[in-house]
Amino acid sequence: MATIIWTTIGAILTLSVYSFLYKDNPFYKFAEHLVVGISAGYYLVIYYFNFIQPNVVAPVFLLRIGNEAIGLGSSMWWLALIPGILGLLLYTRFFPKFGWVGRWSLGIYVGGYAGLGLSPIMQARVLNQIGANALPLTSITNVFLIVGLLGTLTYFFFSMKHKGVLGVLARVGIVFLMVGFGASFGYTVMSRVSLLIGRVSFLLHDWLHLI
Amino acid sequence: MAKGSDIRNIDRRFIFVLVLAAVVWPLLHPLRLPMDISPPVQSVYDAVEAVPAGSIVMLAADYSPDTMPELQPMAETFIRHAFRRDLRIVVACLWPASPPLVEQALGPLSEEFGKEYGTDYVNLGYMAGGIVTLLGMGASIPETFPTDYGGTSVDEIPLMLEVENFDDIAFVMEVSAGTPGTREWVQQVQSRFRVNLASGTTAVGAPNFYPYVQSGQLTGLLGGLKGAAEYEILVGAPGDATSGMDAQSVVHALIVCFIIFGNIVYFVSRRSEKRLAQDV
Repeated sequence: MATIIWTTIGAILTLSVYSFLYKDNPFYKFAEHLVVGISAGYYLVIYYFNFIQPNVVAPVFLLRIGNEAIGLGSSMWWLALIPGILGLLLYTRFFPKFGWVGRWSLGIYVGGYAGLGLSPIMQARVLNQIGANALPLTSITNVFLIVGLLGTLTYFFFSMKHKGVLGVLARVGIVFLMVGFGASFGYTVMSRVSLLIGRVSFLLHDWLHLI
Repeated sequence: MAKGSDIRNIDRRFIFVLVLAAVVWPLLHPLRLPMDISPPVQSVYDAVEAVPAGSIVMLAADYSPDTMPELQPMAETFIRHAFRRDLRIVVACLWPASPPLVEQALGPLSEEFGKEYGTDYVNLGYMAGGIVTLLGMGASIPETFPTDYGGTSVDEIPLMLEVENFDDIAFVMEVSAGTPGTREWVQQVQSRFRVNLASGTTAVGAPNFYPYVQSGQLTGLLGGLKGAAEYEILVGAPGDATSGMDAQSVVHALIVCFIIFGNIVYFVSRRSEKRLAQDV
């Protein structure tokens, strides 16, 4: 019985969301606000128990786990306060007078992520990709790939006028770019249609039992 | 009034109804359209087949309910494939909404294959931190995920006693809807720890990741509902993705017709407008 009730609620909400395609209406607005409210509540709880509780509350206020002294029970309890305070400083931007203090936290956050990301990104997205495109011109596929790569790179080379050989290569680059955009658009359509299929399947299968 | 101007102002709700009909009709009356297996999907299947029985594999589930139609079939089929091959599964999530979605798949499949929680599979749940978490897993997975999804300490889970870091994971299947996801796994994990990594992504994201397949950084790739359907067919368990592919194909054909029709109307009305301008 509970399954039927929950499935019916899901179906009504699905239809409410899609009713927007006809025109904006109170059913759509209700569903929209429900999603926003539930998501905010869900993520608040998840983030509290995954970020704040284990990283700040537990290390500071718990005394020990098993035989291990932690938090106020150890001499290093104050270390956990540092990221907590840095996190709180981010909220100073709500007070224009003290907003600049939040930049310290932001600076550490951005610097840390940049440091962690720079080397792997260079390795994974630049060096490995260059290596993967250094191919022998022994097959049509490889020739196609190299021509496409050179053409596209040439199109984004703005230090010289696109005339002569450079112009031809840039035009070839445009063709490859257009094919790339077309493929991306096709995949996007496929993705959106998949979501519609998922919802219609839910309505026809789980709710109405027609399939 | 120029020829074609009426049809250019067609109510877009007419198009919505046609698209809905194109989805509903094949779902009610399956057409069973043929489907080829693409090489990146075949590579995923072959990679899982190549992992020795008894090995530990990881399902990295990084998606939320809004992308379930595309990604849940991938996760389900991977779990089925791994269980069928007697591989043991460790699930780890970088998205907070993922653990219950994976539970939905693990429950019935573990029952079907007679697999036991803690010995044959474990769901470590969600851990915040994105790339920091990935780097932590490279050093120690038990320290990064000290408890499982249910709150049990990993020290009490037999399967986790055999897992220290990525050296103990024979294969990683990353099912991803965005960031953190496949890109971060390739950048932070594959490039540093050289893990055997494959990915299943939404169709929107798939074009971004094909270069990683070509360079060998990804063993294979499942792109959107089609990738999921192909994988289901390879594993011999056609499911939600396969049944949705008829509707997908019909809608695609309809959209192609819309594009052709739209272009014809555009050129006809442009010519008509030019003639009108000349007459004036």
